[in-house]
Amino acid sequence: MWFPRLASDRVLRARPVDGPFALTLKADNAERIYCLNQAAERVGLSRSMSFADARAFCPDLISQPARPDLDRPFLAALRRWATRYCPWVGYEGADGLVLDVSGAAHLWGGESKMLADMRARATRAGLELRLGLGETRGAAWARAHFGDENTTLTELPVAALRLGDQMVTALQRLGLRRIGDLTAAARAPLARRFGPDLMLRLDQAMGHVSEPTTPESEPPHYAIRMSLPEPIGLTEDVMGITARLLTPLCDKLKAQEMGARSLCLTLRRVDQGCQQVELRLAAPMRDPHRILPLFERGVGAIDAGFGIDQIRFEATLVEPLPVQQIGSRQTSPDQLNDLITRIGTRIGLENVQRFLPADSHIPEHAFSIAPAAYSRPESGWYAPRPRPLRLFPPEAISVTGSQPPAQFRWRRMRLTVGRTIGPERIAPEWWLPDDNWRSGLRDYWKVDTREGRRLWLFYTPQNPGWFVQGEFA
Amino acid sequence: MFLLMRVEFHSVFPLRPARVHEVCGAGAMGFAAMAAQGPVLWIREAWLSDTLTPQGLLPLFDPMQLLQARPRDQTDALAVAEEALKDGALPHVVLEVTRPLDLREGRRLQLAAKAGGTTGLCIIPDGMGSNAAETRWRATPVFDLTREDSTLTHWEIIKNKSGTLGAWHVRWDQKESRLDVVSPVGERPGSAGTSG
Repeated sequence: MWFPRLASDRVLRARPVDGPFALTLKADNAERIYCLNQAAERVGLSRSMSFADARAFCPDLISQPARPDLDRPFLAALRRWATRYCPWVGYEGADGLVLDVSGAAHLWGGESKMLADMRARATRAGLELRLGLGETRGAAWARAHFGDENTTLTELPVAALRLGDQMVTALQRLGLRRIGDLTAAARAPLARRFGPDLMLRLDQAMGHVSEPTTPESEPPHYAIRMSLPEPIGLTEDVMGITARLLTPLCDKLKAQEMGARSLCLTLRRVDQGCQQVELRLAAPMRDPHRILPLFERGVGAIDAGFGIDQIRFEATLVEPLPVQQIGSRQTSPDQLNDLITRIGTRIGLENVQRFLPADSHIPEHAFSIAPAAYSRPESGWYAPRPRPLRLFPPEAISVTGSQPPAQFRWRRMRLTVGRTIGPERIAPEWWLPDDNWRSGLRDYWKVDTREGRRLWLFYTPQNPGWFVQGEFA
Repeated sequence: MFLLMRVEFHSVFPLRPARVHEVCGAGAMGFAAMAAQGPVLWIREAWLSDTLTPQGLLPLFDPMQLLQARPRDQTDALAVAEEALKDGALPHVVLEVTRPLDLREGRRLQLAAKAGGTTGLCIIPDGMGSNAAETRWRATPVFDLTREDSTLTHWEIIKNKSGTLGAWHVRWDQKESRLDVVSPVGERPGSAGTSG
């Protein structure tokens, strides 16, 4: 199966266009046509033509940037669809599928009927499909790309043997244009001249050397559901069912050495309404008896209505979790992760945070705050000068002059200055817009007051004013 | 002067484990950072506009060991504190309280700390303590004539369930990462003006 216009068909399926259409991809600093539809080909455009030329040829060309990263999943979806014909389906390049239909064609009433069915379904889906059927993988490829399923292999050009461009040109110069010419020629001189690759491709196409198809395995699906004969409504019953679903799901996770990072419990009610309980975990986990208690809070909040008759349990996000040696060592990281999860379900996982060092001399930007579940503790803290324990938004005090005052009022307290240390001049980071630093340079002073409090004051010389921004321990 | 029955500092500090303690006063945050050595969960409500700074903590405490929880309101904060105290994964839990705790809430925290074997510390506004607290301290920074980088603080134990009261001047020794008791409060010059 070859989808010659996979990329443009994918886009046009979502948004059909009448007339020429092309996808462009930026390569070597130039926009080039990546894929195009039949209408565009009819007006004389071709692949890897530069986009500017194409626009000159065809002013009403509709174009869109190509997304090769989306084409691959689309092909994967087609591969999954193709398993309806036979179980052995593998990829062939970036735009083809290879099906090993041995022993499966009779289920569709013969090969020709199967091909007709494939064609009909692809047309209905808006995909251009070229089919090639052969005794070998090479022959099927040759027929899909260079002929149809009835052409004999020997009539096809040598390019149909999946050879490189250079080799094809060299063969044509020797007068070997068709596969038939190659099979008729002596093997030894050809092998000496072109290397073993040519003979291998020829033998693969003719069936002298086997070439297996490698079917892709289905990615494991971590979901399980249960339909109930009678609706249930009690929290204990729902938890009971959850426990029964959780065990096989966790067994499956264990078999794949995976752990769930996020779980979703969907409860379908008798009246077709759906309720979901989502659980996000601080660390991948697959122990049923540890996961189950975490659901108690969410399940308790469910409105069962007239009863629940179907429960589906899905691990929406999984991460590798290899099996580990059990030792006498205290499992403290696990315990901490469990705690973070439990707190996170109550206040939101992003509200359990830790500080990470950041590279900035602006005091409030010298650290970043990251969710603890998605970060690791980092060392490398340093403070070139003493920094306050607590920072607050700057609070203006009514003081004038560029030297620290002898007395000032702050938060309704009259404070007498005992000692000042400073100034430490900090300039705003002009490359980052920060409204708080609009007032320009700041001269920071550590002010020890007679009353005891040790405050961090700053003066803005460009925009005279005094502010209190922090307090030391 | 009033008569003060002296209690030995080492019998009340480090804070007795598996209990919940309280601290108030302007030096309360410093007290919490000095009291909590080792992994700690620091619970502050999300609306508080001031922030702890790791660089400021650095002389007192390794910021790597700090986890911060930002619950929406005090109800959530208390729930988080109870959960963390009961769990025991982190040996210290610091909770910043913004409205008075009643006896029931204080008692629940105390029971959770006992179950998990963890030390809890509530930073309370003046006079908002709960009767269930094991000890209550007042920490007031003191102006130090002698040293520039001083962290001299007046620590006073104003409630003690299992002992008498006392007051000390303490100073954090940054090089050795330990707390030095400077000298008894009555003998220091300039201490008469501080709240005592």
